[in-house]
Formats: sequence, C-alpha cells, structure tokens
Amino acid sequence: MDMKVSKKKLGLKEKYQHMTRGLGWETTYQSMDDVFPFVKYEGIKIHDWEKWEDPFRLTMDAYWKYQAEKERKLYAIIDAYAQNNGHLSVTDARYINAVKLFLNGISPLEYMAHRGFAMTGRQFPGVGPRVACLMQSLDEIRHAQTQIHSISNYNKYYNGFHEYRHMLERVWYLSVPRSFFDDAVTAGPFEFMVAIGFSFEYVLTNLLFVPFVSGAAYNGDMGTMTFGFSAQSDEARHMTLGLEVIKFILEQDPDNLPIVQQWIDKWTWRGYRVLTLVGMMMDYMLPKRIMSWKEAWEVYFEENGGALFKDLARYGIRPPKWLDQIEQDKDHISHQAWATFYNYAAACNFHTWIPTDDELDWLSQKYPNSFDKYYRPRLEHWREEAKKGNRFYNKTLPMLCQTCQIPMIFTEPGDPTQICYREVDYKDNKYHFCSDGCKEIFEHEPEKYIQAWLPVHQIYQGNCFNEGVDPTAEGFDPLAAVLDYYHLNFGRDNLDFEGSEDQKNFDEWRGMATKNV
Amino acid sequence: MGVAAIKEYEFEAADRLENFHGNQLLYIGWDQHLMFCAPFCLPMPPNMRFGDIIEKVLPGVFGYHPDFAKIDWSKVEWLKSSQPWQADFNKTLAELGLKHKDVLRFRTPGLTGIKGSAS
Repeated sequence: MDMKVSKKKLGLKEKYQHMTRGLGWETTYQSMDDVFPFVKYEGIKIHDWEKWEDPFRLTMDAYWKYQAEKERKLYAIIDAYAQNNGHLSVTDARYINAVKLFLNGISPLEYMAHRGFAMTGRQFPGVGPRVACLMQSLDEIRHAQTQIHSISNYNKYYNGFHEYRHMLERVWYLSVPRSFFDDAVTAGPFEFMVAIGFSFEYVLTNLLFVPFVSGAAYNGDMGTMTFGFSAQSDEARHMTLGLEVIKFILEQDPDNLPIVQQWIDKWTWRGYRVLTLVGMMMDYMLPKRIMSWKEAWEVYFEENGGALFKDLARYGIRPPKWLDQIEQDKDHISHQAWATFYNYAAACNFHTWIPTDDELDWLSQKYPNSFDKYYRPRLEHWREEAKKGNRFYNKTLPMLCQTCQIPMIFTEPGDPTQICYREVDYKDNKYHFCSDGCKEIFEHEPEKYIQAWLPVHQIYQGNCFNEGVDPTAEGFDPLAAVLDYYHLNFGRDNLDFEGSEDQKNFDEWRGMATKNV
Repeated sequence: MGVAAIKEYEFEAADRLENFHGNQLLYIGWDQHLMFCAPFCLPMPPNMRFGDIIEKVLPGVFGYHPDFAKIDWSKVEWLKSSQPWQADFNKTLAELGLKHKDVLRFRTPGLTGIKGSAS
C-alpha cells in the first residue's frame, strides 16, 4: 500500500519555526512574571517578543553537525602540531608569553561567557533570543575547551600555564579580566546582552581575536592560529546576534534608549580598559609584529566602529562616551602597560623583557608622537641597570582603580607626564579611579563596586596567604607567601625572560632539532 | 543612585578601615617619575610619624630611581587629593588629618625623571 507523502522534508524556514519558536508556550500554572523574574527590573520594556528576527535560523541538529565537522578538523591539526613539536617552530620563546597571557587572561572569560549566555537565555520569555543565547552559550564552552586543548601542549614544555584556573581568582592582574566578566554576569539579562553580546562581541571582538590569531600566524604558532580560525565562524554569528539585540531592544520602546546608551558607554569603556592587555601584547610580546596597537585601534575601532555608530544613529544612539580620551591614549597605553608588567615581573606568571634595538626602533617609528619622548629613555635606563645586575623589580604594591582594577598607570588626557587621579567619597569611604570613565561607572552603581575584590587591598587584609601562614612571625616574607598562595613558582614562572628556564629550554631543544650536538 | 536590583541591595565596603588590622591605607605617588608605573598603596598605623614614612619607608619604595637621592625634602611640594597640602614630618598621620585611603602626591621641582622624560 503506497502512502502519498506530499513533502518528504520540512523546508529550513518551517523547520526553524517548528523546532525553535514552536516549542515555547505561555505558562498558566505559574505567572510568566514568576517564571521569568529578571526580565523587568532593569527598566527595559519589551512589548512583542515575536518581533525578534533570528538572522541565522539554526536548529540544534544543524548546529551539532556543523560544529562536529569543524572540531574534527581542528583536533586533527592540533594533534599534528603536537606530534611534530610545533612549539619549536615559533619565532622565539618570548612569543610563548603571549600564549600564556591568552590562556590565563582570556580563555576563562570564554567559560564565563558560556555561563552568562546560559543564564541570560533562561531569563528571556521570547523563544528567539533564548535559542540564540543557548547556541552562543554552547559556542563559548566549546571555545574554552578548544583553547585549553590547543594550549595544553605548551604546558608540557613551558612554565606559567599550569594553574590558570587557580590563578584567575587570585593573581593581581587577572582580577582585571575577571572583574570585567563578573560585572557583566551579575548584571541583568538585558545589560549582559548589551555588555557582552553587543559592546564586546560586536564592537571590540576584532581587537581581541585578530591580534592574537594573526599574531599566532605571524609567529609560527599553528595550534593557536587554527583554533582562532575555527572560532571565527561562530564569532560572525555572535556579532550578528549582538547587533540584533540592540536593534530589537531599541525598536520595542523609546524608553529603552537612555538605558541602552548608558550600557554602551559603560561597556565600551570597560572593554577598552581590558584591551590594554592586548595592546601591550601586540606592541611588545610578538617577536614578529603584525601591526601596532594604535594601527589596530584605528582600523578596527575608529573606522569600523565609526561606521557602526553612524548606522545606529537612526535609533538615537550616539557613539560611546570618552572617545576623545581614547583617541589621545592610543599613543600611550601599550607602553604604560608593558612598563607595569616589567615593574611587577616578580609577581607575574609570564616573563617580561626589554625590547631589542630593532624592536625599539619599530616602536619609535610606529609611535612618533610619544615613544622617544616618554618611553624609550625609561626602557633604555632599565636595560642599562639590568646589565649591571640591577634589574628593576618593583616590590611595593600599587594603588588600583576601584572599577577596572588596573593599577593607576594611566595618564591625564593631554598630559602623558601626569598620572590621572580621580576620587569619590561614598558613605564613609574614599574611592579612587584611573579615569573619568571608571569614576562615572562607579557613581552610577556605587553599591556594586564597593564590594570589589581588589588584590592589593586583599593582600593587606591578610586574605592572600595560605592557611596556617602567620604574617606576624619573625622573618615573614610577604611576597613569597603571596606567590605560594598564587601557586606561582618563584624563579620559573616569573622574573625576566633573560635567563629564564623557558629561554634555556627552547634554545636547547631547537638546537637539538636543527644542529648536530 | 544605588543599583538596579530585584530586591534591597546594600553592602559593606570590602575595604573598610576595620579590615586592615589597625592600619590605614595611604596612597602615595611621585609626580613626573612614571618609572614607578603607578602610585603606591601602603598600610600604615595612624600613630606613625609622617617623617618616619619619608625617612624609613620611602627609600625602599622609590630608592631605585637615580633622582631619589637628590630630593631636597624641604623643597618638596605636597598635594592631598590633588590639592596643595602642608606636610609636617613631626606629626603623626592622625594628627595631620590623614584618613583611610587618602592619597598624597609629591612634586620635586628640578627633578624631571630619566633624561627629562618624566620617567
């Protein structure tokens, strides 16, 4: 008996309709407000969730099929890279410190993004954004895992990779990326979407991924490069989601505009501050440079971002605040950041160094307005002192910004010789900031930021020593005790690259691969 | 303004004075000497003589800089919260009215850092 089947398969559009939107319903045993308790308190008004346009219309079966194929290719390349001792083909061992910075500072954020999108998706009554958040949440945990797998190969041979999870919650500089993401995931679902979905993924992500992935490619690191390419197709989807979020919220109600604008101002500034680490990596940590931080900022933010905000003007959105300051800062922040890690190289899980003469010349050429005048004399002085056996290790803890948690290293807009100091009195305490941006973010929600876990203050409160350590005992060495608490091995993970175990091992292993010893 | 929240949202400051075991935090920065990448944070007892900080603490903090030995402390200009401030080496922090998390800057006229670069 033949059955007449009118159509064998659903079309893509119908399939998407049935498999995503068609699965949602209005709850009746419990009120929708009780089921989605976080969706109103931020003040965002949504009248019709069906107006959400999903630009990708991906269903889970297609998602798995596509991602599994990508991941098979990725792991084949990573395995080949590991088996062929690919780590010995990077430009030189200083490059590996850029990978350390990535694994320690960025990969944990991928995992936090996974958690953030999972939580956010749970809070949206609309099925469209819920499904989009679910897929991005899966992307993010895949990225965390593939990064860990790609980079674990380096952990077999080099120092500073071994405890990135433990260090994230303890090591002073890691409080910067960590607090950035903690701030986002402790916000409401709409703010999270504007913070991470739009400001980070859409506006700033190119400034994070392109430098690291191109940096890997330029410096012979096939493993990290392959991971980056694999993630790129997901990033395209994330960017589209980020833009859709903004348009959707703004089209729903005119009252949403000022709230969204404040979030864009805040999160562009917060993200920009975190990107200081990337700027430093580009200008100082890649033996083979791609482009300067300043050039990257001009291409990826000023040109691309400028076009984006022109496009958003029809919704009433203006470009983020403090762009005039950022414009002036681009000549300075990468140098200020590298100087900071050079200062505190004893408490850090990657190495720092003074650039070679060629590299100093490259910096002079890329930064004609600032490098020779303000930064080259400092680096050359340090180099002279290091030659005399007097390498600078700053042993006193720095003052931190209450909002971004970066040491107060940034200078006044228009005066690169003067540290920028800002302060606010709130209740019975004083709070300090590196900039007008960080100060204003605090003033908007002081009750949130007064809880900040500032590493320097925590050390002075005695909260950064292992259990049983007695800070009042005779001969107590606070630095050693803090490094123990960090699980940082003194003399291996920290200090200058010159004379490091990484440097010695790399030279010896590469020598074995290329010479008859 | 507090914070957008689903219920009452109020917390104690993580860095309130009583958490520092009898010390207060004093921030101190040396203008035009940015070789020290940021101002410093020092935990100090309120009954500490200000001169003792200058004479006993600061050499360990700023002494690496070749300008440090050249400082004439009688000519140093002080700022508190970026406003001119009168130092007195013989008074304690408490007597000088320095509170928890106050920030001091000092300027050393004639000393402009490594090769005049404000480093």
